[in-house]
Amino acid sequence: MRFGVKLLLIASAVVAGGVLIGFYVANLTTLQGSASYTIPVQQASGKPVVNLKIETVAAVGPQLSPNPDWVSYLIQNQKGAWIRRTVWKLPANATVHVTVYNFDGASGLRNPYLARPQGVDGNQVTIDGKPATGIDPNDASHTFAVPAYHLIVALPGVADNAKNQCGYAPCSLKLAHRTIQFTFHTGAPGHYRWQCFVPCAAGWIDGFGGPMQTIGYMDGFLDVS
Amino acid sequence: MSTMAVDVHPPVWRRLIGFNLLTGVILGVGGWYVGWFGAHAVVAPSLSFFGDIDFNELSLVLAYLGGVVGFLTGLGFLNYPLARLRGYPSSLREKETQGVGRYFTLCTDHKVVGIQYLWGIGLFFFIGGLNAMLIRTELLRPAHQVFPAGTYLTIVGVHGSMMMGMMTSGILGPFANYLIPLMIGARRMAFPRIEALTFWILMAAGVILQTTIFWGGFPTGWTGYEPLNIEAYQGMDCYILFFALVGISMTLLGINMIVTIVTMRAPGLTWTRLPIFAWGVLSTAILMALAAPVLVCTLSLALFDRVVQTNFFVAAQGGSSYLYENLFWVFGHPEVYILALPGFAIVLEMLPVFARKPLWGYRLAVAGLLGVSLLSWFVWQHHIFVSGINGDLRPFYMLSTELISIPTGFTFICGMMTLWRGNIRYTTPMLFCLAWFFNFLLGGLSGVFLSDVPSDVTTHGSFFSMAHFHYTIMGGLVFTFFAAIYYWVPKMTGIQLSERLGKIHFWWMFLAFNSTFAPLFAIGFLGQPRRAVTYAKSLQFLNDWVSVSAFALGLSLLFFLATFVYQLAFVKKPAEANPWASRSIEFQLPSPVPVHNFDRIPVFSSDPYGYGEGPAPSWTPAGAPAGRD
Amino acid sequence: MATHPTTAAPGADRAPHGRRVIVAWLVLSIVATPLVAIFLGPILPPGNASVQGSGQVVDNTVLTATITPVFCLLLVFFVYVLTRFRAAPATALEDGPPLRNHNGIQVTWIVVTTVVVLSLAGFGTFELLQNGSGGGQGPSPVAVPAGADHMMQVQVIGQQWNWTYRYPGYGGIETQDLYLPENTYVVLNVTSLDVIHSFWAYALGVKADANPGVDNVAYLKTKGPRSFEIRCAELCGLWHGYMYQTGHIVPQSQFAAWIKQQQTLNASIARYMPKYSRSYYPDPQRRGG
Repeated sequence: MRFGVKLLLIASAVVAGGVLIGFYVANLTTLQGSASYTIPVQQASGKPVVNLKIETVAAVGPQLSPNPDWVSYLIQNQKGAWIRRTVWKLPANATVHVTVYNFDGASGLRNPYLARPQGVDGNQVTIDGKPATGIDPNDASHTFAVPAYHLIVALPGVADNAKNQCGYAPCSLKLAHRTIQFTFHTGAPGHYRWQCFVPCAAGWIDGFGGPMQTIGYMDGFLDVS
Repeated sequence: MSTMAVDVHPPVWRRLIGFNLLTGVILGVGGWYVGWFGAHAVVAPSLSFFGDIDFNELSLVLAYLGGVVGFLTGLGFLNYPLARLRGYPSSLREKETQGVGRYFTLCTDHKVVGIQYLWGIGLFFFIGGLNAMLIRTELLRPAHQVFPAGTYLTIVGVHGSMMMGMMTSGILGPFANYLIPLMIGARRMAFPRIEALTFWILMAAGVILQTTIFWGGFPTGWTGYEPLNIEAYQGMDCYILFFALVGISMTLLGINMIVTIVTMRAPGLTWTRLPIFAWGVLSTAILMALAAPVLVCTLSLALFDRVVQTNFFVAAQGGSSYLYENLFWVFGHPEVYILALPGFAIVLEMLPVFARKPLWGYRLAVAGLLGVSLLSWFVWQHHIFVSGINGDLRPFYMLSTELISIPTGFTFICGMMTLWRGNIRYTTPMLFCLAWFFNFLLGGLSGVFLSDVPSDVTTHGSFFSMAHFHYTIMGGLVFTFFAAIYYWVPKMTGIQLSERLGKIHFWWMFLAFNSTFAPLFAIGFLGQPRRAVTYAKSLQFLNDWVSVSAFALGLSLLFFLATFVYQLAFVKKPAEANPWASRSIEFQLPSPVPVHNFDRIPVFSSDPYGYGEGPAPSWTPAGAPAGRD
Repeated sequence: MATHPTTAAPGADRAPHGRRVIVAWLVLSIVATPLVAIFLGPILPPGNASVQGSGQVVDNTVLTATITPVFCLLLVFFVYVLTRFRAAPATALEDGPPLRNHNGIQVTWIVVTTVVVLSLAGFGTFELLQNGSGGGQGPSPVAVPAGADHMMQVQVIGQQWNWTYRYPGYGGIETQDLYLPENTYVVLNVTSLDVIHSFWAYALGVKADANPGVDNVAYLKTKGPRSFEIRCAELCGLWHGYMYQTGHIVPQSQFAAWIKQQQTLNASIARYMPKYSRSYYPDPQRRGG
């Protein structure tokens, strides 16, 4: 083979290899759902205060995900729209008021211990306006848990026979839901994971496949800075 | 088929639409879609539950299997059986192909397959290495995520599977395929078409593993433990199919090697005259042929659990995750010796040449290779000492694991005594062989901690065990892989490689390798678990040191690749027939070796290690005319 | 390049190479082994937070001291051989003496390696049976430490992705934190609710896989108060790398207070808690189920 031809072949192999490697690394670093959402801060007497409005839906729907039947958390952005982002940027040493609207039915906790709210102010939550220090584990639909903060809150599910159940997101607040409110505090800056402990990924063994192991559905980070 | 006249200069377009890699890829893609849509059409209407999980695993599995069948058909693997069914006589027509094109086709010339293996395995070795670089990039900081949390596990899994799967054939694929027929005085392997099949199946497997990233990756690492395996997303199927195909390839490769070495040795080549490399290949091939089927069966069960909801490994429904652990390691421990044994053999094969002395203790060396091969079947539970297996068995597995250092020691004493009072030349291949002693010594001595149950309680599943097997496999296999490249590539290609560049590569790689993996022993001792994306802040300095060294190690391999391609493509310094003054028979043949190897089948009268014992015997004095195969 | 050059006259080199190597090795080993045992031994893992951890330190020290002479032998041998028998450029292709075998060396090597290996295995077995070494032993342990009549029982429950702890001796309360009283024999019953995890309390020298549906028993005896890190050592999915906690060994009185506090907190869900069982395995949800 002539020199020029060989050089061309090798150069194109190097370029092709480079493109493939670039594609591979880009594919790995930019998985869907790993984008973060910055939660707006309200200053109150020196200590930052944050209002976090999230909802859990039984099926995320075709508008928000290529996997429309997956269970998911959603967060409300400043415009009031529900978006599928689970990496949340929060200020350090802040008070976080959380409101969760749960549209999903109960599937029950595998470990009943996690039905007791922990790591939140007063070790109690407000469920549909009433304070509670624990729920029946069989009524649990999901949990919101940040293990590094010892934070675990079990979310009771919508009754199976409720009318107006939400099929898939977006879910209007007119449809059947439960409202759970609680308050916790962020500490030092860091990268803290949060997750759900209820085996709620229908169809997977142990209920822990798919959405339970994918950032952007039932898992995420508190990016505290 | 033999009746077809071979057109010496067909036009390019005719060659492109023949049976070759291009048609293989086209039919492979076609077969993939046939499997995909076929399975959807048959299965989807009858099973309603796909709605829950948004995918149909059966169609993915059948798509990949269809793709593999299409790929092999496109390469022409069905031509011969079909021709035989239609009554044509047997032939090895695939061997006659000439020119560069034969490297992209089904070719039954063992020398072509060897070179195909060298480049194919090399490609996937570099992909595996790239993943290692990504791992070390992520571990530069104790917690920060370069990659999303699940992706890190996929990278770890692809790195491990790629290396453990593809590099099992790292020596036997390129070098044994090329050299065993030459060393035993044969003109081909026993099953030339199966020989080609092992290569192309392996290539299909490697591609399938890499496509896991399009299906969500897999979280289990290379061991694929249950029940996480069943729980995982679709990318897991790519892992299972990959390893099962690798297992099939290994089984066939092993059987082919055993049959070739047992039945096709030239006259006079008794068992005690066989080159030690052939003994190493034989003991590895026995492990391959017996261990790999266990893997294929295990993964088939895992696939059934995932795809058709059987319960082999589901504890709550009568299965057992221990079953998987045991079956996997019944394969898995022989597997690591499949990786290590060819390295032993290469070291023992080269030391006599560069120390100018006969191989010391030939029978002891053979006993060592076979002894490791035998004992490696009785040690697997040392991988699961703390898993809750029957506690009574642990002293036995501790004993058997430690016993395996006795036959390994045979290799050491034979190598060491071969060097004793020799006339040692520091060529590049020799440097890589000497590095093997250092690396494998550290790997072996650290293995003492892992085999000892009390000590293993801490070291199991930590970076200590990771450092241990990188010392034995990278330090043992990959270093001898490069020794073999520098030693035999001149014979395979007819092109001599530069000693100066080779030595730069060696020292760069040797220092970077030790700088990468030696600190990992300390990191493991300090309590960092494997495969965890986070680690203690106090370990950041050591981890950063390791990462930087790993990048240097990666660069040394890129340096090798660049110089290797540069010398083969542009410098092209012709190699002498016998550049190392070896007595082995392959170096008595011209470089590169002619298509039919020997004009006359050689007759052996001694082993190839008679340095200092008078002039070398002439290899091909008489013997039968070689004839055509 | 000549293919097969002449041979050096056999026996021309009569220097006492063997004696030099052996003497150098003996000197180096005799100096290095005690140094390794004395200076490296105490810093070997996993530390002295428990009796089992201390046992492992002793074990690691013995192993390190045993491999030191082996390492020295190879080191001395290769340094000597690679410098002394280096080929001169002019005679690079001369053949060395055709030594093919030596029965004495072979027998000595085999006997010595066998003795070393068997003693290591014997020592390891002895250490293992003495106190269980902190490793998971499965549901029916064989290596039960002596003096373990009144053990405190703690059940370690792994789930994706956290550890929780039940104290069957204290009303079956469950907690997110592991607290252990000082100087106490503890039996850990490690189990999992889903996939395989591995409970690794590094400083205590305890590692036991958590298997679904299986009770994996590990023993330890705590020493003085301190904190220790707990990690998962078996790949268990997405948050495997985040499945870590800090555990505590505390004085007896503090432990009693802590238990009381946990019992109060747990009151709100006490009626839902299951009875103690060696393993819990609710029906897994299978696909389509």
